[in-house]
Amino acid sequence: MTDFALYMHIPFCVRKCNYCGFISYSSRDLEVMNSYCEALKREMELVSKRWWGSVSTIFLGGGTPTVLPTNQLEGLLESIYDFFNIKPLVEISIEANPGTVDLDKYKILLKGRVNRLSLGIQSFDDNLLKTMGRIHCKQDIYESYNLARKAGFDNINLDLIFGLPGQTLTNWQNTLKEAIALQPEHISVYSLQIEEGTYWGNLAANGKLILPGEDLELAMYQEAQSKLSAAGFEHYEISNFAKPGYKCRHNLTYWYNQYYIGIGAAAASFWQDERWRNYTDLKQYNQVLTKGSLPRGEIEILTLKQQMAETMFMGLRLIKGICLENFRQRFNLDVIDVYHEEIDYLLKTGLIEIVNNHLRLTSKGLPLANEVFIHFV
Amino acid sequence: MSTEQKYIRNFCIIAHIDHGKSTLADRLLEYTGALSKREMVDQVLDTLDLERERGITIKLQAVRLNYKSQDGHQYLLNLIDTPGHVDFTYEVSRSLAACEGALLVVDAAQGIEAQTIANVYLALEHNLEIIPVINKIDLPNAEPERVQREIEEVIGIDTDDVIFASAKTGVGIEEILEAIVKRIPAPEGSRDKPLKALIFDSNFDSYRGAIPYFRVVEGTIKKGDNIRFMATGAKFEVNELGVFTPAPRPVSSLAAGEVGFLAASIKDVKYTRVGDTITNADNSAKEPLPGYRKVMPMVYCGLFPVESDRYDDLRDALEKLQLNDASLNFEKETSVALGFGFRCGFLGLLHMEIIQERLEREYGLELITTAPSVVYRVVCTDGQVDMVDNPTALPPQTVIDHIEEPYVEATIMTPKDYVGQVMELCQEKRGNFLNMEYLSEKRVSIKYELPLAEIVYDFFDQLKSRTRGYASFDYALKGYKPSKLVKLDILINNEVVDALSIITHRDQAYHRGRVLVERLKKLIPRQLFDVPIQAAIGSKVIARETISAIRKNVLAKCYGGDITRKRKLLEKQKEGKKRMKQVGSVEIPQEAFMAVLKAGK
Repeated sequence: MTDFALYMHIPFCVRKCNYCGFISYSSRDLEVMNSYCEALKREMELVSKRWWGSVSTIFLGGGTPTVLPTNQLEGLLESIYDFFNIKPLVEISIEANPGTVDLDKYKILLKGRVNRLSLGIQSFDDNLLKTMGRIHCKQDIYESYNLARKAGFDNINLDLIFGLPGQTLTNWQNTLKEAIALQPEHISVYSLQIEEGTYWGNLAANGKLILPGEDLELAMYQEAQSKLSAAGFEHYEISNFAKPGYKCRHNLTYWYNQYYIGIGAAAASFWQDERWRNYTDLKQYNQVLTKGSLPRGEIEILTLKQQMAETMFMGLRLIKGICLENFRQRFNLDVIDVYHEEIDYLLKTGLIEIVNNHLRLTSKGLPLANEVFIHFV
Repeated sequence: MSTEQKYIRNFCIIAHIDHGKSTLADRLLEYTGALSKREMVDQVLDTLDLERERGITIKLQAVRLNYKSQDGHQYLLNLIDTPGHVDFTYEVSRSLAACEGALLVVDAAQGIEAQTIANVYLALEHNLEIIPVINKIDLPNAEPERVQREIEEVIGIDTDDVIFASAKTGVGIEEILEAIVKRIPAPEGSRDKPLKALIFDSNFDSYRGAIPYFRVVEGTIKKGDNIRFMATGAKFEVNELGVFTPAPRPVSSLAAGEVGFLAASIKDVKYTRVGDTITNADNSAKEPLPGYRKVMPMVYCGLFPVESDRYDDLRDALEKLQLNDASLNFEKETSVALGFGFRCGFLGLLHMEIIQERLEREYGLELITTAPSVVYRVVCTDGQVDMVDNPTALPPQTVIDHIEEPYVEATIMTPKDYVGQVMELCQEKRGNFLNMEYLSEKRVSIKYELPLAEIVYDFFDQLKSRTRGYASFDYALKGYKPSKLVKLDILINNEVVDALSIITHRDQAYHRGRVLVERLKKLIPRQLFDVPIQAAIGSKVIARETISAIRKNVLAKCYGGDITRKRKLLEKQKEGKKRMKQVGSVEIPQEAFMAVLKAGK
C-alpha cells in the first residue's frame, strides 16, 4: 500500500481572526473539544482500517491545535501512533499561536514526537496584530518563540502576512527583519487574501477596507524574496522559504500532488482519483462517526484531465517547477504534448520557462502565478 | 349569430404609464363577469411577463365584455387595448381606428402627460368619442378638480360629464360602463358589402400560425371563407374564427362592427401586418381601408452573442421573435471585435430594450449590444446618397459631401419650475426651440426640434433626472437635416475596435471621447502588458488613457490541502476570461461594449 501524508484538523480558536476563511469555531467549551477529540479517534480507527500504508508526514493544523488542553493533545498524539504505521524520523508538524502555548504543552508535544513547530505570528507590529484580530502582541511572539527553543524545538516556522490594511513597506521590512533575527528554520510569507464571508471580506465588499494595492503588494513580495534569500533562506515555493534541509515535507506532498488523508471536520483528502472533504459541521461530523461511517461530505472523482491540471498548478508553485520526467512517469504523457498551445503561449509571454527538464514560473511569472495556472484548468 | 350593431360598442383606453389603465381594464372585466374574482390574475391584458414588470403594454389585445345596461338591453363591449409608448405610435393609431370611442384615463394626482395628449389627439383625428375619467381619486394627494380643469384647458374637450373613479376601489366603474353605452356611437358599416376588416394586431401561435386581430368595418367574415390581405396580396382559407372573452371562444361569423381573430394556417406574421385590410378573396373590396403603412425602424444596433458558438441560437431566437413582431428587422453583421452577429432595427429605444431582454430571458442568450444608432443620410461628393445605420459603414471622410441626420419634433410637458432645466437640456442636445405654451398656471408644454440621435443617446434619462421625473415627453419624426457629424473611433492597444465606433456631433466628440476612454479604463481588466485606450477622429487622437499591466495575481494559502477549492477558484477566473472577447491580444469584457450605451456626465 502506498504511503500517504496525514493531516489532522483542529477547528478551534480563541477567537476568529478578521481575515480568516478557514473552518474554525471560537468555542473553548471543554465538552465540545472533548467529544471532538473522541470523534477524531473514531475517525482514525476507521481510516486506519482502510488505509494501512505508512504515514510519511503528519500535520496538525487548524484553527489552532494548541488551544486543546495539554492532556487532549497528548491523547491525540498517542492515538495517532496506536492506529497508524509511522516510520521513524517522519516530519510531524503542529500549528500554534502565541498565547496558546506554555512550556508544559511544548514538552508534551515533543514527547509526542512532534518535531516541527509552525508559529502563526503574522506581524511584529502591535497595531496591525490588533487590526487583524490576533489575540497576541509582539511581546508574546518572543515569549512563545524563546520558550519553544528552550523546550527543545529545533525546527520552527514563522507564518507572516503582508499586504495588510494600512501596512507600509517600511513596516513590512521591519517585520521581515525581526523574523530573520529570531533565526527560525523556515518562514512562510502569505499575501493577504480577502475571503468572502469573513469580517474583512464584508468590510471590503462595502468599500471600507483600504488595502495597499497591487504595486505595493508586489514590492513587499519582492522585498521578502531579497531579504530572506540574503539571510540564507531558499525560496522553494511561492510563499515558502527554508534554511537548507528544512523544507516542509508535509506541504511538499500537496505540491507534488501526492496522496494525503485528512482527519477531522472539514479536512480534505486525496487518494488515487478521489478527493473528498469531511463534514464541516461539528455535530454532523460527530454523528456520522458515532454511526460508524466515514464523515465524508463532498466526494469528487477526478478525471485524468483534472488530475493533470492539479499536478500542473500545484507543481508550478514550486520554484524548481514540475519535473517533466515525473509527469511522464505518472501520466504516461508528455507535458508538452498535453498542454502544447498553453505552454507555447506562456513561453511567449515570458511567464514560464523550461530549465533542466523542469517547467517552472519565471521571476516575472511568480507573482502572476494565477494568470499561468488558469491555462491548465 | 352576430349581435345587432346598435348593441355593440368598440372602445379603447388612453392613459399614461401608471395612470391605471390595466387596473381599470381588470375592473371592467370583473364587473361584467368576463372573469370571476377567483380567475383574476392582476392585469389580465398584459400577457408578457415583461409588460407586467415594466407596467407597460407592448402587444395589444381585444376583449369582449357582455354588459346589461340600465336601459335593460344586453350590450357587447369590445375593449381594444393600446400600447402606451411612443415607439408604438403607429400601432396605437391602428387600434384607435378600430374604435368609435375612448376612455381618457388621467391620474387624479399626476395630471395629463405628454404621451396622453399625443394619443388623445390621435383619437380626435379618428373622430373618436372621448370619455374623460379621472382615476385614483382615492389617493390622498388627488386633486380631481384641478385635473379636470387641466383636461379642459389642455385638450379642449368638454368635461362636464367627467367621471371620477378609482379602479382600485371600484368607484365609478358602473358609471364608466353606462357612459360607454350611452356616449360612444354604435359602429356603422353595411354587413352586406364586400368584406373590409382592419388588422390592429397579430400574434403568433406555434400550432395555428399567425393570428391577426381585426375589426370588421364592412361586410361579414365566416369560417371557411377565402380571404386576401390587401397589402401583401396573400390568400388564405379561414379555418378558425373567434373572440376573446378574454379566453378565446370560437364563433362562426363576425359582421361589420365586431372584433375578433382568425386562424388560417398563416406561416408568418409578415402576411398579417398591422394596418392592412382583410377582404374576401372571392368578393373583394375595391379599395383597402386607409392608413396602412409599413413601419420603418428608427433605431439600429448590433447584437452579438457573448459566446460566439451561439450565433445560430441567436438567429433562431430572432426569427422566432420576428414571427410575433413584424416591426423587428435584422440582418447578418460581422464585426472584427465581436465576430458574427446581427444588425437589428427597432421602432425605438424601448422596443430595442424589450427585444434584448426577451432574447436574454426567454432564450437564455447572453448578448453584447453595440451603441444604438439612428439612420444617417450620407450625401457623397459624387451625389450618391447612402442610408447608413451602422457607424462602421460610414464611407471615408474624403468622399462625403455632407451628412444629414433625422430630427424629431419633441413635446415636453413639465411643471413650470423645471422650464429652465428642460430648455437647458434641449439646448445642450442641439435642439431648436419651437414654442412654449402654458397649459395651466403650473404646467408648461415646450416644443423643440431635436436630433433623434440625442434622444437615442440619453435624453430620456437626463430629462427624468433634471425634472425629478415630473416631465413627460413625446416625439414625432420630422425629417432630415444636415449636421456636422463625425465618426469617433476607439482604439484599444492601437487597434480600432469597430464595435465601439459611434457617430457624433463634432462639438460633442471631444467630451464623449474623454468619457468613453475613462469608462473603458475602469471596465477593462488589467492585462499582462500596458494597454493604451484612445479616442480618435480619423487619425487624430482626442483622448487617451492607459491601463497599466497586471503585476500580481497569486493565491497564497494552501487551505490545508483543499485543492478542489483552489481549482474551482482558478476555474472561476478562467470562466471570467472566457466570457471576454479577445480583440487583438486584449481581453475585453462584455460590459466594456455596453459602456458606449451609457451616457452620463
